[in-house]
Amino acid sequence: MARAATTTDAFNAVAEPRRRQILDLLAQGERPVNDLVAVLGLSQPLVSKHLRVLREVGLVDVRDLGRQRVYGLNGQSLKPIHDWVKAYEASWSRRFERLDVVLEELVSEQRNAKEDGHGSDSGDRDSGGDASLGHGDPDHS
Amino acid sequence: MVTLPSDTEILITREFNAPKDLVYKAWTTPELIKRWWAGDHGQVTLAEVDLRVGGLWRYVMIANGGFEVAFHGEYREIVPNERIVSTDVFEGMPDAAAVNTVSLTEENGRTTLTILVRATNRAARDAQIDSGMEGGLQAALDDLEEVAISLTQDA
Repeated sequence: MARAATTTDAFNAVAEPRRRQILDLLAQGERPVNDLVAVLGLSQPLVSKHLRVLREVGLVDVRDLGRQRVYGLNGQSLKPIHDWVKAYEASWSRRFERLDVVLEELVSEQRNAKEDGHGSDSGDRDSGGDASLGHGDPDHS
Repeated sequence: MVTLPSDTEILITREFNAPKDLVYKAWTTPELIKRWWAGDHGQVTLAEVDLRVGGLWRYVMIANGGFEVAFHGEYREIVPNERIVSTDVFEGMPDAAAVNTVSLTEENGRTTLTILVRATNRAARDAQIDSGMEGGLQAALDDLEEVAISLTQDA
């Protein structure tokens, strides 16, 4: 499960809000550390610490550009997280699509019940008739 | 839409074309749960719902591979048509509990559902992630920007 372990590390690295901010900035292009310090309004040691964590899990690369060291995003290393999020999302999407179908039925049942109620509005002692859970739902107006 | 708000949380958001009392009903009524909860993963064979604080829920599903998987938990907080907080334990991994907060908000007859999945410990979080990793991942390599945006959206 080497792959899962790597992913978990990347997840940890990405989970920290400041580190995600850094990734977000680097997604727009390479930047030197001073730039990140200025934009984030954090101390340089703190930014450097976050960059170190991001480099350790391979999310961020550094290279020399002229006299500066610039940091950049390594998109490939984000792929496992991206894949995971997409798969998780896909799994929920299937559930939600089925839930859509159930809800469509409930909505039309409710509409029909209301229309029926209009036709014969005499029996008002019992507001049953629809199969609601009976949490005193106040849709009877 | 799925985002990762923190180290131990997953947030799922979806809008439905129905008022929130009906979403709540579909979410908490056993016969209705059976119709959607398994998604494409299998068939729900049992849905037990004791919808009160301290009450238990348990769902059993026959997965497509023919094996049975079960989940259960306890209701911690219930606000009808608005909010349910419950624990969520995969019985194959009883140490890895999560606490799920389901919230419903309605606007113009449409309901936004959010599920905040909070792993109660690191093992639970890793279990969530690993199970997702094994779920057959075929996503194509998207361009860098899209990847970064999806991960950092609500940092």
